[in-house]
Amino acid sequence: MDTNALLIGLAGVLATAAPVLFAVIGETITERAGIINLSLNGTILLSAMGGFTAAYKTGNIFLGFLTGMLIGALVALVIAFSSITLKQSQVAVGFVLALACRDLAYFLGVPVMNQSGPRLTIWSIPGLKDIPIAGTLFFKQDLITYLSFLVILLAWLWIFHTRPGLMLRGIGERPAAAFVRGANVKRLRYLYTILGGAIVGLAGPAYSLSVKAGWMGTMSGIDGIGWIALSITIFGGWNPLRAAFGAYLFAFLQWLGLVLQSKIPDVPTQVLQVAPFPLMILTLLLVNISDAEWVERILAAMPEKARRWTMKLLRALRASPPVSLGVPFESE
Amino acid sequence: MNVELREIYKSFGPVHANNGINLKIQAGTIQGILGENGAGKSTLMKILSGFFRADQGEILLDDRLVSIHSPSDAIHHGVGMLHQDPLDFPPMRVIDNFILGHKGGLSTGQAEANRDFKKLSEQFSFFIDPDAYIDSLTVGERQQLEILRLIWLGARVLIFDEPTTGISAAQKVKLFEALRLLAQQGKTVLFVSHKLEDVEGLCTGVAVLRQGNLVGEVKQPYSTKKLVEMMFGKDIAVGERNPCSADDITVSLSKLSIEDYRLKVREVNLDLHCGEVIGMAGMEGSGQGLFLRAVGGMAHTVGGKILIGGRDLTGRSYQAFKKYGVAFLPAARLEEGLVPGLNLTEHFILAEKATGFFINWEKGHLLAEKRIKEFDVRGTPENTVESLSGGNQQRALLALLREPLNLLLLEHPTRGLDIESTIYIWNKLKERCKSGTSILFISSDLEEILQYSDRVLVFFSGKVTPALDSTTLTTEKLGELIGGKGWTESSSGGGE
Amino acid sequence: MRKNTWINLGFQVGALLLALLITTLILVAVGAPPIKSYLSIVKGAFGSTRNVVAVLITWSPLLLTTAGVLVTFSAGLWNIGMEGQMTMGAIFATGALRLFQNTSIPPAMIIALGILAGILGGALWAALAGALKTFGGVNEIFGGLGLNFVATALTIYLVFGPWKRPGVGSMSGTQPFNKILWLPTLPGTELSLWSLGISILVIGLVYLLLRGTHFGLRLKAVGKNSRAAFLMGVPTWQYSIFAFLLCGAFAGLAGGIQVTGIYHRLLPNISNGYGFLGLLVAMLVNYQAIWAIPIAFFFAALNFGSVQLQIQYKLDSSFAGVLQDLLVLLVLLGEGARQKLMKRR
Repeated sequence: MDTNALLIGLAGVLATAAPVLFAVIGETITERAGIINLSLNGTILLSAMGGFTAAYKTGNIFLGFLTGMLIGALVALVIAFSSITLKQSQVAVGFVLALACRDLAYFLGVPVMNQSGPRLTIWSIPGLKDIPIAGTLFFKQDLITYLSFLVILLAWLWIFHTRPGLMLRGIGERPAAAFVRGANVKRLRYLYTILGGAIVGLAGPAYSLSVKAGWMGTMSGIDGIGWIALSITIFGGWNPLRAAFGAYLFAFLQWLGLVLQSKIPDVPTQVLQVAPFPLMILTLLLVNISDAEWVERILAAMPEKARRWTMKLLRALRASPPVSLGVPFESE
Repeated sequence: MNVELREIYKSFGPVHANNGINLKIQAGTIQGILGENGAGKSTLMKILSGFFRADQGEILLDDRLVSIHSPSDAIHHGVGMLHQDPLDFPPMRVIDNFILGHKGGLSTGQAEANRDFKKLSEQFSFFIDPDAYIDSLTVGERQQLEILRLIWLGARVLIFDEPTTGISAAQKVKLFEALRLLAQQGKTVLFVSHKLEDVEGLCTGVAVLRQGNLVGEVKQPYSTKKLVEMMFGKDIAVGERNPCSADDITVSLSKLSIEDYRLKVREVNLDLHCGEVIGMAGMEGSGQGLFLRAVGGMAHTVGGKILIGGRDLTGRSYQAFKKYGVAFLPAARLEEGLVPGLNLTEHFILAEKATGFFINWEKGHLLAEKRIKEFDVRGTPENTVESLSGGNQQRALLALLREPLNLLLLEHPTRGLDIESTIYIWNKLKERCKSGTSILFISSDLEEILQYSDRVLVFFSGKVTPALDSTTLTTEKLGELIGGKGWTESSSGGGE
Repeated sequence: MRKNTWINLGFQVGALLLALLITTLILVAVGAPPIKSYLSIVKGAFGSTRNVVAVLITWSPLLLTTAGVLVTFSAGLWNIGMEGQMTMGAIFATGALRLFQNTSIPPAMIIALGILAGILGGALWAALAGALKTFGGVNEIFGGLGLNFVATALTIYLVFGPWKRPGVGSMSGTQPFNKILWLPTLPGTELSLWSLGISILVIGLVYLLLRGTHFGLRLKAVGKNSRAAFLMGVPTWQYSIFAFLLCGAFAGLAGGIQVTGIYHRLLPNISNGYGFLGLLVAMLVNYQAIWAIPIAFFFAALNFGSVQLQIQYKLDSSFAGVLQDLLVLLVLLGEGARQKLMKRR
């Protein structure tokens, strides 16, 4: 493959990663506040369908994206209400919502199935697009991909370089300490859950109005992405940059799979289609493995040098969640 | 800033934590708040700092009525509290912890914060690296950070809750210097503690709380005897004990050392005789909890041996300890000892050795009824455990124990219980002693310790006294030991 | 009945009514006549003997998966991997049938072997998820989900690859087995009394297990307070793994029955969402096994009846899913509301 085709392929990877990025960054923000939004798979499908429908009916793409955000925010509101105010299991409610939104998406989406609707076009940034290599990679994308770059940056800046972001981290790590420092923990959790959900809501339209334009019901090929996004969030260690790395890695591997498939026709397609999932399990394993007791025992038995090297590796992979993730907060 | 607390009442369900407390504190002084566990000191301070809301009562600052209904109100009025376990954020850096909670704009303002941090650090001679992570700091350093933070936020009233637990002697000296400096600067310092020596050495005045009431206020110079008397109440007639004449040693601990991230308990030697009761006294966090769990096989030991009934069980799992006749009754009855959602019959069936695959509900029901009667549990076999009162939950826990037992470990067996339940439970426990079970129990009630123990161990910051004969102990002496005074060289080592 | 029971019932009926209200609104939104749609579902489920039989056929695998979920829920585990466990059961069953079909073993024996193989396959797949959780710290939700997708992929690979029909592989599955290898059914129908019988037996077994055995009681203790259970001497992680095995066995059994009793071959998506549906049923009956029987029937009727909806009004059959999901969601929210209101008193 010549360089230009390679670059175009990689640019495509950046574009296909955009929806996953929105989901992962949105969920990272929500989980930083201590709430798990397990409904991602359903939210993405519903916002994809909803966004497409809105854009299709009105001809306005931006309205489509806005609708997606609204749907994401509404679903997140239900999660927030049931977790924060009603103190019900976040896992249970999130899971049921994942199913419900999915079924709703399929049911309500029938009228717009297989229709061709508006689609985002590439908008190359004048001037920047002519830079060798970087130009093709980064500056010949569509608007939503540019937005995905921005979202990573903004999320990272917010969480790690602003004062309110500091408070966000505090709420997730130790809500009692944040409370004692004057934070209204419940209200902030509501806000961040809804914000995170709105960002996730961009992922669906990013598919149906850009990457995989249109709504094709069960053949849309995006069922399952939400679960992958959740595991990339964990892999990302609740850090937007590391999470972005995970998302790009995932998109890259998918692209690689397609490329290799054409070169090695004997490998059944399913292997490549399903490869993300065992990979997801593997990453989750690696991320938690340093805690396991039997691992500690093995480490103790290793020779000094090997042990130090292994521990360094394990520590780099380690991802510790915000301590209060999933736990309701009581102030009295 | 002068602080006045008027007629403060606060209850948690049936427990009256604060019963009409009136207290005035002058600016520029260090006021000691003294009392045993459960006396109400922490609750009172948490009300002043906005963590709790009082049921009744008023708070006045500089003779002006203020409403403090949340921590942010308190901060706004200049009241800050340093909790016993510093409420900070371990995975973050010092400078992050310093900034977090300070009202500011969008930018972190780190540069300015760094400068202020440096200035304040110099003022108090605290040397902390702003870029270090909290979980690499000692407790003493975390406290210092909190002090700097509260000053930076403009606190004029600073509350310190048991600040000398878990810090080194050198850090204590530094802390006291800082406190005196704060008082000199005109701030109001409240020093909550149980450590008599610290309070006597530092405070201009001491208020003593007991069981939710303000017992009295004294000024320097202090008489330790009077303070102890106020804290614990008068001596009571020591009740009947049940000496076991058996010479069998059921439990033998030699040079037992236990560690956790805060405490080290070093080289305890103890032989328990058949049917003997040993009480463990000391303020929370002095090491007795850790010790008790280690003897039950639930905490790692770093040295020494545990022999139960002649068998070496050092390093074995909890299941092994259970098999050889050791039982543990946790203080957190619902969180650790009982299963909320299951009823009494189900608990009794669980505790028994299973015979056969199917549950014989009839038999189980009869067993439950029998045990309920035996232990006078106010409840029916169908009652779920969370619907029982504390006293009945404790009776149920006792009733769940199987026989025979070599060693029974009790964590605060009568905490929060009424007199009747307490007496009843101890009668049942003494019955066990007669049949040969040894008992190790933790209690913060000195009368209970003296009345029921054959010998007593006192814990203080990880140090343990040798087993003292309870007939020669008085509540006054016991109180002193708990407060860290009157220890001799023969006690085992401890420290942080 | 005491006052509390009435209040509980009230909340649950309220949830049902609210769910119906919302779905009615949805129907109106897509332009379908609500009352007629509901009637159409009822007709689709009960309108003729054939339809009722079809509902019964749908009912039995659902009972099995619900039974399995109840076991793992008691242990405090979220076994989302049931879909994959059922699929694995189907794969193992198909494999066994293929292995033995041309031997001299009597057909009834082969069918039995197939079903046993299914149980084995499901249990193994569940053990994998359980091991990932217990020894690898991988949350069983993700472990289960990942393994679900792997099982599906494996199915597609087999159907289009080594096990494909002579000629070209197709989505309709592998070569159907010879009739002698079919589970005996009621004449003229596809309903196998064997499968129905086994399913009801299993759910009854689970009910007994959870209510009347030491194992069940200990399992519940582990689920409600594993710390206290540990202190009382229950080997907690072994019980967890066993719960996974049992649940996987039931799912695998369902998969085996799908192969031997209904489809007589392996096809993609043979688990058909029964795993997730079982979870929903279990959540709805608040983990009380005895109510699972009628609720599972209700859900099965909804599922099959909504196919009629598709035929008559061109609405997607996922409508049944919408109603089911909303019902569970509202029951969960209602439970939270009830707890909050009760606290106020």
